[in-house]
Amino acid sequence: MAKISVNVNNQQLEVDFGKTILEVCREHDIEILTMCHLKGLTDVGACRLCLVEIEGVNKLLSACTTKIAANMIIRTHTDRIKRYQRITSELFFAERNHVCSVCVANGKCDLQKLGYQTAMDHIRYPYLFPHCEVDTSHPWYVLDHNRCIMCTRCVRVCAEVEGAHNWNVMNRGYQVRIISDFDTPWGESETCTSCGKCVHACPTGAIWPKAIVQGQLEKKPAMITELVEKRKMCL
Amino acid sequence: MNRQDLKSIILAEKMQEQNNKSKHKLCVCCGASCISSGSDEVLKKLQEEIKSRALDAKVEVIPTGCMGPCNQGPLIKFLPEYTIYQKVDCSNIKDIVESQLIDKKPIENILLFADSRPKPYIDAREDPYFKKQMKIALKNCGHINPEKIEDYLVHDGYKALDKVLFQMSPEEVIAEIKQSRLRGRGGAGYPTGLKWETVYKYVSTEKYVICNGDEGDPGAFMDRSVLEGNPHLVLEGMVIAAYAVGANKGFAYIRGEYPLAIKRFELAIKQAKKLGVLGNQILGTAFSFDVEVRIGAGAFVCGEETALIASIEGKRGTPKPRPPFPAETGLWGKPTLINNVETFAAISPIINNGGEWYSDIGTPKSAGTKVFALAGKIKYSGLIEVPMGTTLREIVFDIGGGMQNGEEFKAAQTGGPSGGCIPSEYLDVKMDYESLINLGSIMGSGGLIVMDKSSDMVDVARYFMEFCMDESCGKCVPCRVGTKMMHDLLQKICINQGTKIDLERLEELAVYVKDCSLCGLGASAPNPLLSTLRHFRHEYENRIANSL
Repeated sequence: MAKISVNVNNQQLEVDFGKTILEVCREHDIEILTMCHLKGLTDVGACRLCLVEIEGVNKLLSACTTKIAANMIIRTHTDRIKRYQRITSELFFAERNHVCSVCVANGKCDLQKLGYQTAMDHIRYPYLFPHCEVDTSHPWYVLDHNRCIMCTRCVRVCAEVEGAHNWNVMNRGYQVRIISDFDTPWGESETCTSCGKCVHACPTGAIWPKAIVQGQLEKKPAMITELVEKRKMCL
Repeated sequence: MNRQDLKSIILAEKMQEQNNKSKHKLCVCCGASCISSGSDEVLKKLQEEIKSRALDAKVEVIPTGCMGPCNQGPLIKFLPEYTIYQKVDCSNIKDIVESQLIDKKPIENILLFADSRPKPYIDAREDPYFKKQMKIALKNCGHINPEKIEDYLVHDGYKALDKVLFQMSPEEVIAEIKQSRLRGRGGAGYPTGLKWETVYKYVSTEKYVICNGDEGDPGAFMDRSVLEGNPHLVLEGMVIAAYAVGANKGFAYIRGEYPLAIKRFELAIKQAKKLGVLGNQILGTAFSFDVEVRIGAGAFVCGEETALIASIEGKRGTPKPRPPFPAETGLWGKPTLINNVETFAAISPIINNGGEWYSDIGTPKSAGTKVFALAGKIKYSGLIEVPMGTTLREIVFDIGGGMQNGEEFKAAQTGGPSGGCIPSEYLDVKMDYESLINLGSIMGSGGLIVMDKSSDMVDVARYFMEFCMDESCGKCVPCRVGTKMMHDLLQKICINQGTKIDLERLEELAVYVKDCSLCGLGASAPNPLLSTLRHFRHEYENRIANSL
């Protein structure tokens, strides 16, 4: 594969053509924060945590959706980016009702981890405290909208890997919600195969198995990445 | 139908037009605004009146598109005298017909602007309202029947298409557009020729041309009026664009709130196909291009090009990160040219008159004319078209007739929820892309809302923020949560509960949402806030100082 040269944080790298900035950075152990990215699924650039500065480009671009180009000069850890990551983190926490101490994902949650990674010692914005439903209609799993950050990893894993298209998004703005089929209780879904991939794709305690109690959740997002890789090999 | 057939039709139409030269034309504005004030009734009554007086041979009644001064409607216009009557209702039709057509004496007290000018003009073209305007996109809007392709043909319709197909290569068309220095009229002002060239250069068996008619800014109605008043002009622009970039299929995405525009555009497509200027083997050449209408379902974000494309594909209308741009990966992953209604409307005049002619109009960086929709506390609200670089003062005071009730001008809001406010000290700003950006506003699609001192600028910012908050698609965090947070903070200041810290948070969030949002909606959502903070900061500070 053709190699091109890029510069990330003053480090000169020779990388394969056609990769995204995120792929290149991860391969070279350059830390990039992400929430909506899950290797194996289509990237959507929704969480805006992976924004990077590129010389000559007047906008910040999401590393997960931007392909590298020859001689690109990329900066991933400027003060401005770190400041914005912290605000994003705060907005996630203020948006819905994230109470770690009573959450099944406590200690194993990507959002919680993000709070530490962005040194979020407190939240400066008022909590919105929206009214959110908890859908327990599925025999094995629970969907708790209080913990959802709208990363849409469940939507994508269900459509792209399982092929069931059970999950979707409804409404607009801060009122968006993940829905099952045409907004029916998950337990009544006509399309859900109960495969559980969404449970493992979910980065927080929004989708979890009923058998789990507080703090005991084990998620295996890498399983999804592996599944996608294995299928590619079988082709 | 081939080229020769079309030519003979045009010739026949032109001869008929010549024969009818002695005939009076009575244009009745049937734009959405005049219809809402009752012009369809007026049209019916006028037709009856003309018939009952057996004036059919002398007078032709034509339902037309928008004539401009919308708040004076229903409007009727007599040609060739160019006498316009305003606020016509069924009761004065008899008098108008009698005095204008039989006694040949206009009724002064219902002439256009008779109630607000010391002396109204019998020839409306003399009125400063029209004198300062220059109509290119709206040239035939208000003269021709938008539902008759023959009317368009007589006014050099599809002449540019003929020229392009038989005398120009795609490269030459693109060069002509580049020379015209036309910039995208949807708001961002990207050079149109460059965009066309980019799409042209991508090699693909399938390419698409999309017309963005999802005009959603509050107070803006330019695209609606162009589509309603002269749909064939837009269609012809699309066909020429398709020829230039090598596309065979196009979509016109028109918002569902514009039923009349949709109806007329669909009719235009049907008529154009029948005449062979659209569809398979256009005018007998090897070039084929078909257009379908797609109706928007009311989401503001679908005016954003990637969301619009998703919507046409039948998906939820949410934007995608760019790059890749639609020129490379657009509709169904194919190279796609997407332009605004008004941009397409400028194409055939440019082809007919040459790129140089167009580039001589306007300012060095912004060529041509721009359609504005005047609204708010201005005396004559409606639709105008002026050369780029016309000052705001000329637009508000010369064309718009100044402020209602003699109030003092406070600010003009341009660019809708993505734009900003221009205060009175900048009334002499030249209206072009760069000058407006320098003032913290944008040209936008052409909405221009005039405000007097009764407008509270904090509330204006709150209103637009509420709009963006509601219309955010909810995909990316900065826009979804950021607009909600900013709205809540503005609301707090509006009800006199804000603090200095709230203002700091607001400013920090505004810059964050601007820099981090995924698409243009989020990136420009803080603009009304930032521009009112820049020009009217004292209003925020007063509110905070007086907090309860």
